[in-house]
Amino acid sequence: MRRLILQGLFRKALTETSPGPGDEMLDATGARLAELTQRKLGRSLAIREVDAGSCNGCELEIHALNNAFYDIERFGFRFVASPRHADVLMVTGPVTTNMREALERTYAATPSPKWVVALGDCGMNCGVFAGSYAVAGPVSAIIPVDVEIPGCPPTPLAIIEALVRLVESSAR
Amino acid sequence: MGSLADILRNAQPEPMNGEWISHAVDPDVWTDIAKFIAAGDADLTALWGYERCVRMAFMERTTTQYAIVSLDCPDRKFPSVALHHVPAQRLERTILDVYGLEAIGAQDRRPWQDHGTWKASSPGGDAAPAAALPPYEFLTAGGAPLHQIPVGPVHAGIIEPGHFRFTANGETVVRLEERLGYVHKGVEMLMRRKPLAQAAKVAARISGDSTVASSFAFARAIESACNAQAPPRAQILRGIMAEMERLANHFGDIGSICNDASFSIMQAHCHVLRERVLRASEQCFGHRLMMDRIVPGGLTVDLPQAGVDELHRLFGEIDREFPHLVDVYDTASSMQDRTVRTGIVSRNLVEQFAAGGVVGRASGRAFDARKSPGYAPYPDVFGNPVIRSAGDVDARVWVRIDEIARSMDMIRKWLETLPDGHVLESLNLSSHAGREGASLVEAFRGDLFCWIRLGTDGAVEHCHIRDASWFQWPLLEAAIEGNIVADFPLCNKSFNCSYSGHDL
Repeated sequence: MRRLILQGLFRKALTETSPGPGDEMLDATGARLAELTQRKLGRSLAIREVDAGSCNGCELEIHALNNAFYDIERFGFRFVASPRHADVLMVTGPVTTNMREALERTYAATPSPKWVVALGDCGMNCGVFAGSYAVAGPVSAIIPVDVEIPGCPPTPLAIIEALVRLVESSAR
Repeated sequence: MGSLADILRNAQPEPMNGEWISHAVDPDVWTDIAKFIAAGDADLTALWGYERCVRMAFMERTTTQYAIVSLDCPDRKFPSVALHHVPAQRLERTILDVYGLEAIGAQDRRPWQDHGTWKASSPGGDAAPAAALPPYEFLTAGGAPLHQIPVGPVHAGIIEPGHFRFTANGETVVRLEERLGYVHKGVEMLMRRKPLAQAAKVAARISGDSTVASSFAFARAIESACNAQAPPRAQILRGIMAEMERLANHFGDIGSICNDASFSIMQAHCHVLRERVLRASEQCFGHRLMMDRIVPGGLTVDLPQAGVDELHRLFGEIDREFPHLVDVYDTASSMQDRTVRTGIVSRNLVEQFAAGGVVGRASGRAFDARKSPGYAPYPDVFGNPVIRSAGDVDARVWVRIDEIARSMDMIRKWLETLPDGHVLESLNLSSHAGREGASLVEAFRGDLFCWIRLGTDGAVEHCHIRDASWFQWPLLEAAIEGNIVADFPLCNKSFNCSYSGHDL
């Protein structure tokens, strides 16, 4: 335990030392995002994630946003437990007919102003699940969507970039 | 009752390759097999519908013979298996919902996947116009101080949707009842009579965290029906991918279990290791979750030499870092206080439900599909399954810890003996029209069963995939009984059942 704490104190942050092609881009995107949320919203942005029928692949990558590499909270984004606390609904999956009502209620419970992100190919166009008797449609068929993030699943970096677009467009 | 061979002596055998035998049976033999399973002489592997026919897959314990029986039900009725063997209950409810085939004698007749919202009722059968369903009746628990806590389908975290109905006495849970089916996407009908490539894409998205295992099972079932095999190099690389998927998920689970006990330092460090595994997977196979990499006939990607070096580098780092995390977990008394003797599942229950994976092995059930039936590339490197006997959250953490070491050992051995050569063989599906194939592979959460029937023109006539969650979800209800409500997230995460893989 002592080793881990000392390591946490003295080791450089993973976000700066980790190799890989995406990291410079991540830093640049993150800096832009932090500046925008500060300047235009003047506060942090609270996200409520709603799985409306996904295969859980998208959830895995959304989870990754919170790990030490992406650490999305440093840009002012945080995931909240209730739609009542949320500014953004991040919705995944083709919306199943069984989840339609829950999604509508979650949207209704989110106070305005609010934005909706449809995440992943399924959220955008139902992906491989299009045409099923149990699928109500893409997210935009059920609630108004502001930003779409393609990918199966989208990478954490792609999600952060899309959140930048959301902040840019909503603050206009 | 005698052996399986006795029960099946008059049944009609059907052609099947690999470790499986298949028989067409009459209702009496069907019921004999249900009783055979209920008596503990066989493990129920799967139970599913297709057209006006039900099928049951199981494994005889004494001989480890894997078998499938099929029963025609022209009048849409079949003798209930759940009447004798309770673990079949939710499977039969699903068969009625989707295919309109009714289990005669079944005790629980409530719909399971059908919430009354589909565009048609029994979409795999008559596809009659959807009718409104009466409100879902939860099971009751009586007594003055009891109160109910409804949770979901939208949960407080970044997780899949499902409804949990707790009945509690103060802090103590008296009964938990799950209500699932919220992410039912009609997967089987989406794969039915579809070209192979399209069906393979759906199979890879049954449950995103098990995408490699699902594609592996699907590919093996197709190859079994065609009596074909993937090239040697592809077989080894499939094993590497499957173990990389296990590593990523086990690191994630260990961290998340600790986080549900508010021990966030473990989560932070475990999720760093998870991310490193995902990045290495992308470097080696071109996708962080390795989706759509395994296809019938082999692989769509090959492992470059740089990937081999990357894997050695990754494992070096895990070897350096992970033992310290294990040490922290093992010596932090505040953490142990939450996990030890919490959420106990008895050996009897895991045996009865034939619960696979971490849940079964943490309660002493030494079943692992990599050992039995065993499949390429495991027989040379696997050994015996990792087991623990306490059956609590702690045991489920330890099984994961031990399996991480095991996965890295196997990949290292495979890398030493990785043969050269091509990685994709073309399959001739149309010359095997009407043939059936089955497979069982070990996903990170347990054995994953796949059955397919080939159609004409290289199409998949029907596919059934049974995630390990089917036989684990009911045990979560048992695990939480007598525990406090606040320990539910801990128990739930230690199971980490799939909603999507179950709801299909």
